[in-house]
Amino acid sequence: MSRQQTKNANEPAITPDLVAQHGLKPDEYERILKLIGREPSFTELGIFSAMWNEHCSYKSSRIHLRGLPTKAPWVIQGPGENAGVIDIGDGLAVVFKMESHNHPSYIEPYQGATTGVGGILRDVFTMGARPIACLNALSFGAPDHPRTRSIVSGVVAGIGGYGNSFGVPTVGGQVRFHTRYDGNCLVNAMAVGLAEADKIFYAAASGVGMPIVYLGSKTGRDGIHGATMASAEFGEDAEEKRPTVQVGDPFAEKLLLEACLEIMANDCVIAIQDMGAAGLTCSAVEMGAKGDLGVELDLDSVPCREEGMSAYEMMLSESQERMLMVLRPEKEKEAEAIFRKWGLDFAIVGRTTPTLRFVVKHGGDVMADLPIKELGDEAPLYDRPSVPSSPRPVIGPADINPPMSNAEALETLLATPDLCSRRWVWEQYDHVIGGNTVQRPGGDAAVVRVLDGPKGLALTADVTPRYCEADPYEGGKQAVAEAWRNITAVGGTPLALTDNLNFGNPERPEIMGQFIGCLRGIGDACRTLDFPVVSGNVSLYNETNGRGILPTPTIGGVGLLDDFTRSATLAFKSDNECILLIGETAGWLGQSLYLRDICGREDGAPPPVDLAAEKRNGDFVRALILDGTAKAVHDVSDGGLAVAVAEMAMASGIGATLDTPHPGVPAHAFWFGEDQARYVVTVPAAAVRDILARAEAAGIHAARIGVTGGRAVMLADERPMAIDKLAAKFEGWFPAYMQEPAAEA
Amino acid sequence: MKAAILLFPGLNRERDMARALRLVSGNDATIVWHAETALPAGTDLVVVPGGFSYGDYLRCGAIAARAPVMEAVRSHAAKGGLVLGVCNGFQILCEAGLLPGVLMRNQNRRFICRDVYLRVERADTPFTQGYRRRQTIRVPVAHGEGNYIADGETVARLEGEGRVLFRYCDPDGLIDPNWNHNGAMNAIAGILNESGNVLGMMPHPENHVEEIMGCTDGRGLFEGLADHLKRAA
Repeated sequence: MSRQQTKNANEPAITPDLVAQHGLKPDEYERILKLIGREPSFTELGIFSAMWNEHCSYKSSRIHLRGLPTKAPWVIQGPGENAGVIDIGDGLAVVFKMESHNHPSYIEPYQGATTGVGGILRDVFTMGARPIACLNALSFGAPDHPRTRSIVSGVVAGIGGYGNSFGVPTVGGQVRFHTRYDGNCLVNAMAVGLAEADKIFYAAASGVGMPIVYLGSKTGRDGIHGATMASAEFGEDAEEKRPTVQVGDPFAEKLLLEACLEIMANDCVIAIQDMGAAGLTCSAVEMGAKGDLGVELDLDSVPCREEGMSAYEMMLSESQERMLMVLRPEKEKEAEAIFRKWGLDFAIVGRTTPTLRFVVKHGGDVMADLPIKELGDEAPLYDRPSVPSSPRPVIGPADINPPMSNAEALETLLATPDLCSRRWVWEQYDHVIGGNTVQRPGGDAAVVRVLDGPKGLALTADVTPRYCEADPYEGGKQAVAEAWRNITAVGGTPLALTDNLNFGNPERPEIMGQFIGCLRGIGDACRTLDFPVVSGNVSLYNETNGRGILPTPTIGGVGLLDDFTRSATLAFKSDNECILLIGETAGWLGQSLYLRDICGREDGAPPPVDLAAEKRNGDFVRALILDGTAKAVHDVSDGGLAVAVAEMAMASGIGATLDTPHPGVPAHAFWFGEDQARYVVTVPAAAVRDILARAEAAGIHAARIGVTGGRAVMLADERPMAIDKLAAKFEGWFPAYMQEPAAEA
Repeated sequence: MKAAILLFPGLNRERDMARALRLVSGNDATIVWHAETALPAGTDLVVVPGGFSYGDYLRCGAIAARAPVMEAVRSHAAKGGLVLGVCNGFQILCEAGLLPGVLMRNQNRRFICRDVYLRVERADTPFTQGYRRRQTIRVPVAHGEGNYIADGETVARLEGEGRVLFRYCDPDGLIDPNWNHNGAMNAIAGILNESGNVLGMMPHPENHVEEIMGCTDGRGLFEGLADHLKRAA
């Protein structure tokens, strides 16, 4: 086989500086020289940098990801494709994934967030699924940091701007503030789609000489080196990286969606891959490599937005809303007609070949000729040094003296940035389009009807980064357990999850220690809870000037309800229902929001997660929901029991009177401790005795802690707190921070 | 009912609208592509659903208003045929000159999605005969540009001729600026054309038509239309 020497007079010479600018380390460049047996051309260097950066190659994380459980009878496709796929019965499959767009969102909040949403939606419909819901998890810097407000405003508007126009309901998520995100916000976007289980489309090409078709928007100079930028930490020059951020066009994406689903329905497609990170390079290489085929691209046919684009620029452009496909040759005309109808570009830009080479031609010259399998398979793989995080001291409930009354503490907590209502955020997202949103944002998990029912999906995104920082292993477990719990709290059976692992610089051993610890925790929780990982994304180098973010492994969970009309909500339903607390309360204050926001101490070991108790308690609560006994259900998490009960009261306008705390647990620790595996459940008084007996028989801690009624929340021995006053505080913080009058609740 | 739902590229609530019409009337609506020049024979209701036609990168609805199919809609309306525009559909009908006024950016300059309350000002129209006069209904809004504005004379005429069909109100039906989320003039949420056969409204009644989904306040509009068209047939 001939190896064409690729030389082009217009391309710059390869120098050590140029190699370094491409984010390749000297030893990685040596590896390239060895692999191809010669000096790469400029275009080839660009292709290697795109394929071998952290974002695309997972070179620091791959060996650790192997430890995650990815299989279950209902898993159709685990990690490694555009998105994970699970079977939900009736011939239907759910396709979902979460992905970060952190660096771009910090540099240019609106466009960074829009293209994050656009990218993840493409991942889902590339597989043949119509997106039916989006979620997101957002981490912002401290509220008083000078950039935070404008980043919040831009990111939220961007997420809405894309999803609202594309036409998918954004139904849930998380928003947090912490000074460790001051210089590096996190934007994690999740998309969930619905497909026929036997009509899933994959990236692997098949057949030699098949036409490779370019579809969607034209290629411009935007986003060149976006993936490389996302694989480096920020310095003071973050602003200068603005040109690497792409610009989103939700209208083009909507057209691309409809056109793709139409040609899929007409059986025109052999393989399909969206052009995301590293654009044409990554998509073409993946299609060939996965199908054990070579690919030859002719860049003269690529639809370009700008004049005079070089091969290098076309191969590295991250222009949005583009797809690459291998079509059935006999269906080419039909597919083209569909794309023309939707006003989209359609061009044959290459062929599959039997050579296992990745050949790129432009203007009659061969600009790149590389071994296609090795571009992915031979990417560097690092087992980076790590040190485990040092354990934090356990803080006993009695070690903390309450600085204020428990009533005052509750009122204060409800108006803190991390616990207050997120209405200001989710009202900017169209969360009702589609007419299938059963449970809107603000509950434990969103519930979305599947087609015309009766099935429904329970969807959530969770992680508690301060726990992960204090104890990566327990924090990793807790992120999975909380997602599982939130799905359970609406009556769903948790099926599978997608993980979005956001960490600092992996070249620092303490960061690798966090990463490895969190992954161990996630893996153990997934195994115990039978909740496999089917897709995910790793985002490293989230640091600025050497300061890393809190370790933030966001878990996006998907659960199934056989009958969505049986789903539970957190709002109290009527007066005189008994309030039960399921799960054991020891009064764990370490890393609690009470300790941080009331006592001013971000301190201690986080609550340990007893996975067996999680499973036992959750299964018990789900059964109460499904047999109709449970009237209102809420999981107990950030802020503890008092916050959970207050949220149930505010959601309904019905008050609650709570009994004296458990003996042996100080009142403040009882109300605000963040012990795990707990739920608040209301049931009719007549059912209490039987439920408590059943719980005892199952080895589950359950206690009657009060009764619903009135228009106030009354913690034992504390002054009553009127619900409307609590709600005013709860709803007030966000609009006030964003400098607007509070909306009517 | 023989409804035609227009589909401009970028609209995204056509499926919601089709479901609502099917649930209420039992008939499937025909989806009519923007490049068509005629409506299906016998069309008795044209619906322009919500979304972002052509991305709405220009003025909302401005491009759609000039699409080929709009000529057919104009002639349908001129012959007294019923036309319903919701959200982007309302914006398109305004841009097409079938309704007066314009929808501006929401007063707070943000997209807003929430349930709002509407006061039904008249129940003697084909669009509202499924409601009682002064009934308060709860329906969602989801728009960034729903702030209805027209010149003083136009608004005076709309009011004088009873062409304001829906107004944003509080849960008890009282007009209150705190419940007028987008800042529309006179809390206007929906208006009729002069001949009373074209309605444009910002809120989405099509998203509140199923008991099982928690609220059916939007049903009245479609039931009223179905009943009206049945009688007319």
